[in-house]
Amino acid sequence: MSVDSRSLHVLTLTELARGIKEGEFSALELTETLLRRIEAHNPGLNAFITVTGEQALASAEAADKARAAGNAPVLNGLPIVHKDLFCTSGVLTTCGSRMLSDFVSPYDATVVARLKSAGAVTLGKTNMDEFAMGSSNETSWFGPVANPWNRDRSPGGSSGGSAAAVAARLVPAGTGTDTGGSIRQPAALTGTVGIKPTYGRVSRYGMVAFASSLDQAGVITRSAEDAALLLGVMAGFDERDSTSVDQPVPDYLAALGTPLEGLKIGIVRQHFDEGLDPQCAARIRESLEVLRAEGATLVEVDLPNLELSVPTYYVVAPAECSSNMSRFDGVRFGHRAADPEDLLDLYCRSRGEGFGAEVKRRIMTGTYVLSAGYYDAYYLKAQKVRQLIGEDFRNAFGQVDVIAGPTAPTPAFALGEKTDDPITMYLNDIYTIGANLAGNPGISLPCGFAEKLPVGLQLVGPHFAEEKLLNVAHQYQLLTDWHKACPGGFE
Amino acid sequence: MSAAATRNAASEWEAVIGLEIHMQIATASKIFSGAPTTYGAEPNTQASLIDLGYPGVLPVLNEEVVRKACKFGLAVNATIAARSVFARKNYFYPDLPKGYQISQYELPIVARGELTILDEEGREKRIGITRAHLEEDAGKSLHSSLDEYTRIDLNRAGTPLLEIVSDPDLRSAKEAVAYMRKVHTLVRYLEISDGNMQEGSFRCDANVSIRRRGNERLGTRTELKNLNSFRFVEKAINFEIERQQEVLEDGGAVVQETRLYDSDLDETRPMRSKEEANDYRYFPDPDLLPVVIEEAFVESVRETLPELPDAKRQRFVEQYDLRPGDAEILTVSRALADYFETAAAHSDPKLAANWILGDLSAALNRDGLEIDDSRISPEGLAELLARIADSTISGKIAKDVFDAMWAGEGTASEIIDSRGLRQITDASTIEAVVDKVIEANPGQAAEYRSGKDKLLGFFVGQVMKETKGKANPAEVNRILKQRLNS
Repeated sequence: MSVDSRSLHVLTLTELARGIKEGEFSALELTETLLRRIEAHNPGLNAFITVTGEQALASAEAADKARAAGNAPVLNGLPIVHKDLFCTSGVLTTCGSRMLSDFVSPYDATVVARLKSAGAVTLGKTNMDEFAMGSSNETSWFGPVANPWNRDRSPGGSSGGSAAAVAARLVPAGTGTDTGGSIRQPAALTGTVGIKPTYGRVSRYGMVAFASSLDQAGVITRSAEDAALLLGVMAGFDERDSTSVDQPVPDYLAALGTPLEGLKIGIVRQHFDEGLDPQCAARIRESLEVLRAEGATLVEVDLPNLELSVPTYYVVAPAECSSNMSRFDGVRFGHRAADPEDLLDLYCRSRGEGFGAEVKRRIMTGTYVLSAGYYDAYYLKAQKVRQLIGEDFRNAFGQVDVIAGPTAPTPAFALGEKTDDPITMYLNDIYTIGANLAGNPGISLPCGFAEKLPVGLQLVGPHFAEEKLLNVAHQYQLLTDWHKACPGGFE
Repeated sequence: MSAAATRNAASEWEAVIGLEIHMQIATASKIFSGAPTTYGAEPNTQASLIDLGYPGVLPVLNEEVVRKACKFGLAVNATIAARSVFARKNYFYPDLPKGYQISQYELPIVARGELTILDEEGREKRIGITRAHLEEDAGKSLHSSLDEYTRIDLNRAGTPLLEIVSDPDLRSAKEAVAYMRKVHTLVRYLEISDGNMQEGSFRCDANVSIRRRGNERLGTRTELKNLNSFRFVEKAINFEIERQQEVLEDGGAVVQETRLYDSDLDETRPMRSKEEANDYRYFPDPDLLPVVIEEAFVESVRETLPELPDAKRQRFVEQYDLRPGDAEILTVSRALADYFETAAAHSDPKLAANWILGDLSAALNRDGLEIDDSRISPEGLAELLARIADSTISGKIAKDVFDAMWAGEGTASEIIDSRGLRQITDASTIEAVVDKVIEANPGQAAEYRSGKDKLLGFFVGQVMKETKGKANPAEVNRILKQRLNS
């Protein structure tokens, strides 16, 4: 079968892998096709901060040679993009910030290195909320990203660039990071699949830290199968990250054939309270019915402390953020104020000019909660609540295999709608934050539409149950076509 | 507080001192990166991306650092924490790349230990060790007087440190120095630090307060920063005690502050408040897991403990019958103690101790050498001492032989032979010389015989002169008396 190179963009990563392997098209043809699409569509989306065309073409040629030589690695010639906080040797790594707008990393993040050595071809670095702090992609120094489903809408954040690029068929897969929902929420808002693995499953080395105890790398794809393929390469112990867990990586693809018969799905009543958009609620209930029809049982579970997750998160995350951002001081790298009068002036102006409002807000919040006299009341208390939330999840997973519910309370909201109201913006992560605080894996997958905008179904599993999440998502995608829907103008 | 407080020269004031010793742990690589710790390299050549605090990098704990901290803890009878936690100490400074220092705060690796020192009256005194915690060192800021720039050298950034905090058990500058020396000796015994003070591997801060004698309540303390020699510790503390005394006697109050010791002016003065008014916002470092130490690990470290200084000193006194003071000096370093034991194995131990503490120490000092670089090996010294013991040479001649050995002229026996220094013990040879001397000095002989005993010394001198000092002194005395009295 011969494939028209003009339609390569509609194929999933799994389909592309087969096509390259079978010689239906070359990695170079594929890369050229996608680079042309990026050139045509990105100006309207602003999904990319950097497009690495030349390097991509060179890697694609190398991939074609590897195939000819018979030593093609698992992701040979497959295109991918990286959220712009993964360090990439010799390429800009801006974190969506003026602070690092000229920063070229001298090394590759472990995730980048693993995907590269598996043969993946990097097409570029994607836009994001500044230092991953945001839920709408509007805090980026490089401007907001448009949602391909409606360009007046936000694609979500902070991994909004990767999500928009994947939704618009500019690339079949992109990496992301998820500290409070930054992979799952944009996946939900753009009709893509986004997985946040268990904390410690994927190395954080080379991933510029926002909140170290919550950050986790994952991927955004168009199918669960593609996510399984990539996660298998990205996951695993890294001796350069002390918090990565030394536990074997299962064959995620092999686990995708498990039937749903007997699966116990936990439903959290509070997830369906008044905060959830009624149309989104309807889509979630419909998707649960699809799973039940296949033999899964729905069990109500209680996560009594879950309502405390947003305030807990907004103590813990800013605390770690305030410390993590300290290295950006204008001394060794990053933005440096012109003609500083003295050291204090160098610090104040470099940071004042380099960071945007949301980053400053979190640095100040974090500094406050760690200060003498406030530490016990805020940081320590939040850590205790975090323990309780973790226990809630452990108890729930004593009864059920996965917990299912909405990823976000509403479909994509309008750009500019929430920028003046940080609290409303923060509440957008109300369903996703719990998994970060407890370290559990979560996945979001498309499950229908509300007002012509995608709705995401979230599945959360016990620690290291990525196999299960990917399988349930895959089974659902065998039964439905929501993940195949393409935004108008990007067919 | 201990009632055995040292009297401070009849003063009504009593000083209360605690030391924080910052000791560099000797490891090939840094505490959280694989970069080398070599001292004195070109600026910024020993710093990896981790030491530079680059975006995205993460720390990984060097296990050797943990092992050495445990070793210290065991040597001071402390508790090794089954679980200790690294925390971030947040503050901005250009030579602190991450904007925080990774240290230990609430849960240090070593807690509640002790050491014994000798106080100023020579009595044993127990000094508590509150804690010892691991941390990374910062880099260096080099302020130039030639231009307006400050240059940053991050070679030292990430060097492993053990901060050893004493209880406020010290009562004088001398005690503080005795304690610091004790720790210094100990860590070199344990081979966990080179203790090099010039290179900053061993430095300390002192917390000093004073109170009226008999008063239980502690006075307001000041912290003296960065004392990098024993002499400076003593001088800075003494200056500070006097300063506080004057303030209080003038009706003033001591301000709690950090003060810097200026060795050029021999005074302490307050650091600018900007440099110290910090809320460090400590919190557990989320990049590092808690350090969990199992009993088996502690036992494996315990097996590597050498004989410790106190035990060795005690053994030297008992096994070699040395004076306690001599044993103390000989055990100040493992190298010196080993030198002594090797020499003592082949000679009279007390004689060996005398020579090591006398001539050998003098020669080493004169040439600025450490015991490891001694020009005379312990076996070589033992051979020399054996020649004294078997009367081949006298103790006096031995000093010349020692000097020749030091100058590299050969072994003791070679020098004795080549220089013809073998002692004359043969009675008939000595008799012949004695007779010749008496014959040549008939006047003195007559005087001696008429009761002027003191002239014996004159005759001994003459005989020694004739024999170039080689005659056995005891034999000379015996034969002279016999001949003069006959």
